[in-house]
Amino acid sequence: MSGYYSQIIIITGINILLAMGLNLITGYTGQLSLGHATFMGIGAYTSSLLTKAGLPFYISLLAGVLIASLFGLAIGMPTLRLRGDYLAIATLGFGEIVRTFLNNLSITGGPNGIRAIPLKTDLTTVIILTAVCFYLLYRLQSSRLGKVMRAIGQDEIASEATGVNSSYYKIMAFVIGAGLAGMAGGLYAHYFRYINPANFTFNKSIEILCMVVLGGLGNPFGPVVGGVIISILPEALRNISPVVSQYRMVLYGVILIVMMIIRPQGILGGNGLFINANRKGNFKIFRSVKGAVKNADS
Amino acid sequence: MRILKGSKLTMKFGGLKAVNSVDFHLDNGEILSLIGPNGAGKTTLFNLLTGIYTPTEGNIYMDEKDITGSKPYSIASMGITRTFQNIRLFSDMSVEDNIMMGLHSRIGAPFLGSIIPTPSSIKANRFAKERLDWVLNYLGLYSLRKEKAKNLPYGLQRRLEIGRAIAPEPEVLLLDEPAAGMNPQETNELMGLIHDLRNKGITILLIEHDMKLVMGISDRVMVLNYGEKIADGKPEEVKQNPEVIKAYLG
Amino acid sequence: MFFDQLINSLTLGSTYALIALGYTMVYGILQLINFAHGEIYMTGAFIGLIMVSYFHLPFYIAFIIAMAGSAALGVCVEKIAYKPLRESPRLTLLISAIGMSIFLQNSALIIAGPAARPFSKNIDYSSFTIGSIHISMLQITIIAVSILMMLGLHFLIMRTKIGKAMRATSYDQSAAKLMGIDIDNVISATFALGSALGAAAGVLIGLYFNSVDPMMGAMPGLKGFIAAVVGGIGNIPGAVLGGLLLGGAEVFGTIYLSSYKDAIAFTLLIVILLLKPSGLMGSTVREKV
Repeated sequence: MSGYYSQIIIITGINILLAMGLNLITGYTGQLSLGHATFMGIGAYTSSLLTKAGLPFYISLLAGVLIASLFGLAIGMPTLRLRGDYLAIATLGFGEIVRTFLNNLSITGGPNGIRAIPLKTDLTTVIILTAVCFYLLYRLQSSRLGKVMRAIGQDEIASEATGVNSSYYKIMAFVIGAGLAGMAGGLYAHYFRYINPANFTFNKSIEILCMVVLGGLGNPFGPVVGGVIISILPEALRNISPVVSQYRMVLYGVILIVMMIIRPQGILGGNGLFINANRKGNFKIFRSVKGAVKNADS
Repeated sequence: MRILKGSKLTMKFGGLKAVNSVDFHLDNGEILSLIGPNGAGKTTLFNLLTGIYTPTEGNIYMDEKDITGSKPYSIASMGITRTFQNIRLFSDMSVEDNIMMGLHSRIGAPFLGSIIPTPSSIKANRFAKERLDWVLNYLGLYSLRKEKAKNLPYGLQRRLEIGRAIAPEPEVLLLDEPAAGMNPQETNELMGLIHDLRNKGITILLIEHDMKLVMGISDRVMVLNYGEKIADGKPEEVKQNPEVIKAYLG
Repeated sequence: MFFDQLINSLTLGSTYALIALGYTMVYGILQLINFAHGEIYMTGAFIGLIMVSYFHLPFYIAFIIAMAGSAALGVCVEKIAYKPLRESPRLTLLISAIGMSIFLQNSALIIAGPAARPFSKNIDYSSFTIGSIHISMLQITIIAVSILMMLGLHFLIMRTKIGKAMRATSYDQSAAKLMGIDIDNVISATFALGSALGAAAGVLIGLYFNSVDPMMGAMPGLKGFIAAVVGGIGNIPGAVLGGLLLGGAEVFGTIYLSSYKDAIAFTLLIVILLLKPSGLMGSTVREKV
């Protein structure tokens, strides 16, 4: 397979890993996290530093996963008391704090980042890891545990009344999601061989959110669909015109707004967490047109 | 025997005392109704007993053990379950998944057991399936088990919420206005259901406005007004109590 | 030295306060973090810059046009991205707001390019020295204009009919509706006012640092929000207090930890959220069960 296509597949796999983790956090337990790229960055930096120190790739990849999970735990625990929009801002703030440190610490190379990371990520590794993670997460999401997480997202008070320790499961979602992002980060670093703080910014977090929203929040297959679309889209656009890829972020903004207004459950249809039960039609215009037709009939 | 007891329970919201120094007890196997005008503090008392609020003052005991300040989920695991005044089902989940959620306090949802079958998860699943089928049949919801909760008619949603609460075989069941919005026939069925649950050994505390239901099934009635207990006794006695008549008629 | 820094804190803090007011007003009415507010601030600065540099308008006219233009933009943002979602869950609305912010920021990046532009060559940098305190004309202007705006807002909210309608709507939207208040109007007015204040802050900061760029709204936008949260979101005096506190924390914090400047604000936010989530002047709201 040519290098170009294998690169696209590798990027897609990494993006799917990222989106799967965020889907568990946001789509299931209903916690909007705006710092998902940060966990990716932590995994990327940890594993790169360890490989460069001479550790075998898989060991450092695992370490990246664990350290990212640990950060997931650290951010998940104190911010649990926060609901909805406050949590979103706190995760965003956490991302900015970590970025400031990455930019200033000498061990992370400051704004220059880390160079000459050994090339360890290949197509097979990415495909196998993504498939295995997807399978495990799919099992988890369709099990009782997945239903518990979904229930927490729908109604935390009712969940607690049925005996669910919601904090425990919300943190669990954060830890698993962060770990997956850490793995994605490790794979990313050992493929592109160069990382710096600018790879893991708020914009990357938004890109991940876009994948999940597009595919369908709370749908186990959503991240795959969203991940594929968002990974291939810039390439497809680049083939049309080299300038268009500049419009990527603009497009993400439009996607988020339009999806929320027209189809908040995403392409595949999610778990209803983000849809209001009272809304009949999707678009006000359509609704009033329908109304007009009905009135004309009677 | 006292199964649940509250002593001098007080709940303040800002300057308002929603519940003021209320002594409360629930005996094993009885049906106790909590009545009172709107805003009397009935639901607040429920929220105190189920751990959603922590009382500003006073203590709650279950089987003589102090459980004041316990979290809602641990109170549920102790065998106290409830329904809500405004039905709180997991509306996008199926009928059977809602009942399964009710079983959480009995079987949990361990991480490992969710990904691979472990001996304990197999056992838990078997138990859950048995309880689920029992509840579905008992409440006549079996044919609707795959339906989303939000698609059920109102009366059946109330029924499903009771199903979720009784799934783990609780010791105490708290029902917050279970007959609200029901027609007379549905209310009659509900009375039968509550009676039957008591005969199965569940102690029941309910908030209700429907006096026919309250007087028909209660062993005891407790009246709250402006957050204070103004009467507590047999239904006939409470009906005659001048203070209660005054509270209701102004 | 201390007093110089105090003046710097006041200058920065009062612009944060102006931004925070926009967040707080919108939150008070819609319970929405208007993520696009930082971009409205940036747009305000750009409009001001265009008016001054290309149309050579006097500063105070440019200032008013910037406020009006941003107010119009704010109202449009609400109509396009938020109004269709008024009945939706809050997170849906929040995601739409984030989308709007990303959209505006990157559209500006494409239109104007990433380079920062100087605001004007004719900025008056003269300064006074009172005792040991240095204070520039610009700082006096910024502080004075901010105070004037805040007083104006206070008057508008407490004394006018629309202000009364705003207070009623934020207290209880459905009751306000029943009393015959046009909620759509109130929401538009809130966005217009909040955006105008944001634009004022944008122009003032553009002047202060003599630099305007498409990304300038991202950080101050977030910091304005943090100021609003610190003071107690939905609370107008709280927003002012939060802005001044944050300005102070940043200016004095930077003396010791210059490269960690942006982390200071976020740390303050997380600490406040954990210790007193309702903010310094906010009241606790309980979810009804």
